[in-house]
Amino acid sequence: MKDIVVEVNKLRKVYGDSVAVDNISFDVRKGEIFALLGPNGAGKTTTLECIEGLRKPDGGFVKIMGLNPNYNYSNLRNLIGVQLQTLGLSANMRVDEAMKFFCVYHNKSPRYDLLERLGFKEKMDAQYQTLSKVQQKQLALALAIAHRPSVLILDEPTTGLDVQSRVELHNIIKELQERNTTILLATPNMAEASKLATRMVILWRGKMITAGTPLEVTATGARLAKISVRVVGPSLSKTDIKFPSVTKSLLKDEYKIYYSNNPGLTVSAIIKHISKQKDELIDLRVERSLEERFMEITDNEAKK
Amino acid sequence: MKAFKNHFFFEFRTGLGDKSLLVISYLLTLGLYVLMGFSMKDINPDFMEIIIPSMIVISMLISAILRLPGPFVKSRDAGVFRSYKINGVPATSIVIIPSLTTMLHTIIIAIVIIPTASLFFGAPFPDKWIAFILVFLLTAFAFTGLGVLIGALSSSSLATMLWSQLIFIPSMVIGGFLIPSNLLLNGLGKIAILLPSTHALNLFKFYSYNQSIDYAPLWSMLILLSSGILSFGLAIYLFNWDNQNKTRRGNPFFGLFAILPYIIAAIFLP
Repeated sequence: MKDIVVEVNKLRKVYGDSVAVDNISFDVRKGEIFALLGPNGAGKTTTLECIEGLRKPDGGFVKIMGLNPNYNYSNLRNLIGVQLQTLGLSANMRVDEAMKFFCVYHNKSPRYDLLERLGFKEKMDAQYQTLSKVQQKQLALALAIAHRPSVLILDEPTTGLDVQSRVELHNIIKELQERNTTILLATPNMAEASKLATRMVILWRGKMITAGTPLEVTATGARLAKISVRVVGPSLSKTDIKFPSVTKSLLKDEYKIYYSNNPGLTVSAIIKHISKQKDELIDLRVERSLEERFMEITDNEAKK
Repeated sequence: MKAFKNHFFFEFRTGLGDKSLLVISYLLTLGLYVLMGFSMKDINPDFMEIIIPSMIVISMLISAILRLPGPFVKSRDAGVFRSYKINGVPATSIVIIPSLTTMLHTIIIAIVIIPTASLFFGAPFPDKWIAFILVFLLTAFAFTGLGVLIGALSSSSLATMLWSQLIFIPSMVIGGFLIPSNLLLNGLGKIAILLPSTHALNLFKFYSYNQSIDYAPLWSMLILLSSGILSFGLAIYLFNWDNQNKTRRGNPFFGLFAILPYIIAAIFLP
């Protein structure tokens, strides 16, 4: 297909006896935000590092715009931007100096405006060693996008960021997508993936568990739904009430929460029970979110 | 070229703010110079004849062999080279630029040593300045080549220190500074031929001071030149970007090819 920008085919990476990535295949199309979702140790960073050309696969192959990053990196360096999970820079390199240093290597003018937008207006001459972890992360992002790459690879970009910085980063990612930048995002954050990604894969212990759009991932094979109910009255507070198809229930704030693998059956039984008890129903929500789906998938995989 | 120039000035500026560079390359070298100047005046007055080239070779040993490899390991451990790689900084720049800045620092040290050695210790100036400068550049090329090769190959600071000391200590003892090479026992003489400092001093003595030497200067010139070319070539080819990634290009033992010219010389020179 013409619009495939990143192609990962049967990728395998082994460290000693441990298989970090096992037979993973997916492709990323032009202009989409593609998320690699999974908990720590799922193989997200290793997959990204193989795509970036920092690691050589032990099996399968990776191609970016038809080029192998392990052998054609010089042709790719201006086309891709990478934000590593941890940026390494010389301790006494200044923020503005870092921007100039890498932009000149990309043959582009330094983007000081980007540094200002990411909160470095007063810290342009601060040395790298004096920046906080969050600021180092923001600097890494600024350096990754300064040369306006066609493909942007982000490894857990919002981990550790405060809400304001996270929102700003999400806005930047959306803006880049509007300019047709292809974005590959690794994140352990389900909310972030469902908010930003057009498609995603879920990784678990180096294996690919499922792939698709957030809607497809939540719908395909999903059996577990979260039903949150709030009532005035004691009808749901008794612990011995059993509703059909409920696997787990808990009380959170003023809501009784049920996890059901047949929400239709459970909801009608709950409503019947509440009206029989003559309690007042305040709120009832059925959610099948990515977070529940992710919990379900990883729980199932852990049981295997 | 713009990127190379920018990288060079960044490296030079940060070098000046680096305490390890100031202590090792400047304080240690100049401290040793003052110590040797005052002590050798009485112990071995002949040393004063060659104190300028000797101290320049020692300053290059300290800056290029002892100090230059360390930051390579440190930067690799800190992930600096990973960041450089993904941003398109070529291995050639990473290898060549620190060598050039090291040369610049040794030039500064030489500018301090040459007039003060003449002023305080009565050391003679070189007879042929152009030859002196050319030998200086050739020596710097060979020494920094070995320094970056050690840095590019070493997996840890300990390995760097061991390789550096393996060259530095014998060079100081039998490299021709303290004991003239013709006074060395035959076995030690052969070992001295394996050291870059022996050949550097040989060239300085012959070409810029018109002194008699033990073997043809062409040998020393060829050895330093070929060793420098091999060292830089191997450092770029075998450059290790990343400590986390065990996959690397070429076997690090290929680095030993850089000392092949010295081994050939030890076999064929009398």
